[in-house]
Amino acid sequence: MPELIAHRDRLSLVVEIGGMPVRVNTSDPDFLDMLCTRYDGFLGVTDHAEIEFDVDLSAPKPGRDGPVRVVRRSGRWLLQRGDFRAEWEPARRRGQILQFPNPYSIDSVLRIVHTLVLAEQGGFLAHAASAIRNGKAFLFAGVSGAGKTTMSRLAPRDVSLLTDEISYVRRQNNRYIACGTPFTGELAKVGENVSAPIAGLYLLAKGSETRIEPLKSGVATRELLANILFFAQDAELVRMVFDSACNFVDRVPVSRLTFVPDSRVWEMIG
Amino acid sequence: MSNLYVARSQRVAARSLDGEMLIMSGKDSTLFTLNKTATILWQAADGMTPLRDIVEREICSQFEVQPATALQDAEDLARELARHEILQVSEQPIPPTPARALESR
Repeated sequence: MPELIAHRDRLSLVVEIGGMPVRVNTSDPDFLDMLCTRYDGFLGVTDHAEIEFDVDLSAPKPGRDGPVRVVRRSGRWLLQRGDFRAEWEPARRRGQILQFPNPYSIDSVLRIVHTLVLAEQGGFLAHAASAIRNGKAFLFAGVSGAGKTTMSRLAPRDVSLLTDEISYVRRQNNRYIACGTPFTGELAKVGENVSAPIAGLYLLAKGSETRIEPLKSGVATRELLANILFFAQDAELVRMVFDSACNFVDRVPVSRLTFVPDSRVWEMIG
Repeated sequence: MSNLYVARSQRVAARSLDGEMLIMSGKDSTLFTLNKTATILWQAADGMTPLRDIVEREICSQFEVQPATALQDAEDLARELARHEILQVSEQPIPPTPARALESR
């Protein structure tokens, strides 16, 4: 891939998730190699980037514990956790990340940046597995242990897995699109870099029988909101995310999927 | 005698869905679901109508409840919602700001 080689010569690559290309610049070839491996399948092949980050790897090795802090000051987002500190200025489309050389910190920064960008566009990231079947995308949301990994593991061959952990939801005109992500969960399998219109959201629960029950919009919205990833302490963005969840529930059928963990559950999907 | 005024906070997002009011705090993203009485109070909280009048007009007329009891419950509820910054409570009328005036349209 000549274009990728050209990027590597400049110690730079473009990670494109959900159709949003983000350039990452580094001075460390080993770190670049690590990113190439980590985001394999999501590397952009053009020079175009919506956002550009310079990564400084000089931070001392810290723990990953501690709360995430995301605040907006004077038009600039400040992102901070025990293992990274980042700034991003949307107007200039540029930012900096200070971290220890590891793939987890920049992965978290990218997730946060995507939540901020999506919120402005009416989309969101959600704790949900997602997959495409017969040209339609389905989301399977729930807390840890609800069955996201199980649903992903049980998916038959005709299903394209977008993610087993973090679903990427974009609003496009009056419909919602699910996009593949490299954000993995227990299955540790990177999603396919494809997308499709969302035909249904299932809120997962394990049970002694498999059944699907449509949910009223109040319950659906509450449970969807509980599964949306959002880190910013910012009233304006909170309102946007709230509105996004309400609008999503207005347009996409939401059901409770109680299931026995075996492959027959997929007979009811798609 | 109670002379409280209540107004919806501007730092929240709210929507009525299937008859229940969902409100999300802009301060800390906490989600609240209001019951029927709290929803009536929230919707009537224009900052200019005394709470006493809201209770008499909107609550006592719909529920079998003593006015004094209803007012006390409404005050407790209003102060609880104010603690979460989803409602403002004052002993003076709370004039509408442009954003709130727009919201109530």
